[in-house]
Amino acid sequence: MSLLEIKNLTVEFRTANGPFRAVDSVDMTVTAGELVAIVGESGSGKSVSMLAMMGLLPWTANITADKMEFDGKDLLRMSPKERRKIIGKDVSMIFQEPMSSLNPCYTVGFQIKEVLRQHTDLTRAERQARAVELMEQVGIPDPAKRLNVFPHQLSGGMSQRVMIAMALACKPKLLIADEPTTALDVTIQAQILDLLIDLQKTEGMALILITHDMGVVAETVERVNVQYAGQRVEQQEVNALFSNPHHPYTAALLAALPERATGRHLPTIPGVVPGQFDRPQGCLFSPRCEFADDHCRTKPPVAAGPELGKALCHRPLQQGVPQDQKEVSA
Amino acid sequence: MLSFLLRRLLTFVPTFFGVTVVSFLFIRLLPGDPILLLAGERGVGEERYAELIKQFGFDQPIWKQYLDYLWGVMQGDLGNSFVTKKPVVTEFFALFPATLELSICAIILAIVVGIPAGVIAAVNRGKFFDQALMTGALIGYSMPIFWWALLLIIVFSSGLGWTPVSGRISFLYFFDEATGFMLIDSLLSGQKGAFASAVSHLILPTIVLATIPLAVIARQTRSAMLEVLGEDYVRTAKAKGLSPLRVNGQHALRNALIPVVTVIGLLVGTLLAGAILTETIFSWPGIGKWMVDSIFRRDYQVVQGGLLLIASIIMIVNLTVDLLYGWINPKIRKG
Ligand SMILES: Nc1ncnc2c1ncn2[C@@H]1O[C@H](COP(=O)(O)OP(=O)(O)O)[C@@H](O)[C@H]1O
Ligand code: SF4
Ligand SMILES: [Mg+2]
Repeated sequence: MSLLEIKNLTVEFRTANGPFRAVDSVDMTVTAGELVAIVGESGSGKSVSMLAMMGLLPWTANITADKMEFDGKDLLRMSPKERRKIIGKDVSMIFQEPMSSLNPCYTVGFQIKEVLRQHTDLTRAERQARAVELMEQVGIPDPAKRLNVFPHQLSGGMSQRVMIAMALACKPKLLIADEPTTALDVTIQAQILDLLIDLQKTEGMALILITHDMGVVAETVERVNVQYAGQRVEQQEVNALFSNPHHPYTAALLAALPERATGRHLPTIPGVVPGQFDRPQGCLFSPRCEFADDHCRTKPPVAAGPELGKALCHRPLQQGVPQDQKEVSA
Repeated sequence: MLSFLLRRLLTFVPTFFGVTVVSFLFIRLLPGDPILLLAGERGVGEERYAELIKQFGFDQPIWKQYLDYLWGVMQGDLGNSFVTKKPVVTEFFALFPATLELSICAIILAIVVGIPAGVIAAVNRGKFFDQALMTGALIGYSMPIFWWALLLIIVFSSGLGWTPVSGRISFLYFFDEATGFMLIDSLLSGQKGAFASAVSHLILPTIVLATIPLAVIARQTRSAMLEVLGEDYVRTAKAKGLSPLRVNGQHALRNALIPVVTVIGLLVGTLLAGAILTETIFSWPGIGKWMVDSIFRRDYQVVQGGLLLIASIIMIVNLTVDLLYGWINPKIRKG
């Protein structure tokens, strides 16, 4: 049975300039203990889709889905109070900016133990012991003493370790790591990533790794969801994705990887992810796609079958060659 | 911490001297002759007048008068009231508890109502409660105290007869002042009904005096909360599954408190100014009423001494507020 199942998730923000669709019919399935990645450029709706699942979006967000289940529980029909019993306990999340994600007014120890106080019956002494254990587990030296420091006394890497400790406190079944290394020094990035993957194995929890960096995905994850402009454009097992991407956007992301660059210059994808005011008519990727034709520019594509990575494309790639499926989807 | 304290104390010195000058000049710039006012209806003979001028030192040049005053201040002597002949300091501290009691009740009311109201408004931004509160705050802030007090008296004292109109306690009760705080003294006296009487006398003046601070605190809390609610650590707190009360009332509020505490510190001046009016309207025997009476009597020593003491209290409160910052947000303690 799958741990997390999302079908047709759509998030629309009410803005001063009318509604803006940040997440558009996204599907996602995660089984227990699995490591899945969501990859896409900044602005692709990766964070928003996961925040919607956690119930952390502001009230301006209008969330709809055909199905959103975690561990057999229906998140759509759950009261906020019931959901608060799950988040922070069975599913937890860490964020891109570890330094600003910790409250400057409270000690690290307080912020870790607070989770335990909320979700467990541990006594004060047991919470203290568990907090020390967690700090050790995430590789913070001198844990008992570090519990008494305030966040501003920690580096970015240390702050992210504290965030991870907090997220792990109640042994969650699923951890969502939203670009956990993006704000950190390059040398620290690998350490934090290794720590997360290590913990995923030892704790036997599922991990959703959100990243804009295909390179991070390569050696680590099992399955990849590629997201673009709020839509999931492809989903494949990682090796297949790297050897035979089916969506032109995936192919372009892979081509932009430094180790795949052939010339002296790194190929980049020209243009940016469309925002509220420049959403194209047909395929959302068409203004940037090298295979785009008139059909692409006018008609939104339909997802292909699983054999083509469910690619959301009129002309999914097969070994780099577009396969016209106009007739099929028309 | 200690050096911070010393530096702050040093900045007191010029402020303190400034206040001595201003308070000294303020009362002398008002037209009216204190000796004639003192003499009252009967008037005073020319000879006696000259004698009194000399006795009070008004024959000296003004800078000499100031230096004499300053010399006294340095020794802790603020002179004696022309009218009662008692030392200004003694009178001040005899009346100050009444003002303090009223001010403390008012600021507590303003904080206890204003902060939660501001938090709730911010969390429900744009909804009915928010709009109602902001409108109410605007009205409260701009309403003339005098008019507001009279309105309350007309409705609750004259109309409904719920509260007394003036004074600190009913004439039925009489007991020694132990602390000068009527709420405490009335309890200590053990007399039945004394405490209730003291409370009923306090209610209207407290509401009147608290209105402006309440409006200011509620608005400041709301805007500080609105800023903080978008912060990443608030999202973290929500992601932990904490209740809205903990997320908003603990994680967010603690961070929003700095600007709120700042305005509360600044409100002490507003409060004392408001106390002057409030005490006058409700015949509350505190320093506000005392100052007003003394200004009308041109009681130079009382006015200049009283102003100096009030200014000193405001300065001490502001220092306390600065020290509070470090306690609220440890990040500031470092700097
Ligand atoms: N609260 C919000 N109100 C309006 N638009 C938002 C809000 N949060 C995010 N967005 C928009 O949604 C889109 C997707 O954002 P996000 O999920 O953060 O992208 P990603 O995480 O993939 O970089 C962006 O265009 C962003 O501007
Ligand atoms: S539908 Fe057309 S434009 Fe869109 S990704 Fe496929 S080929 Fe490119
Ligand atoms: Mg993001």
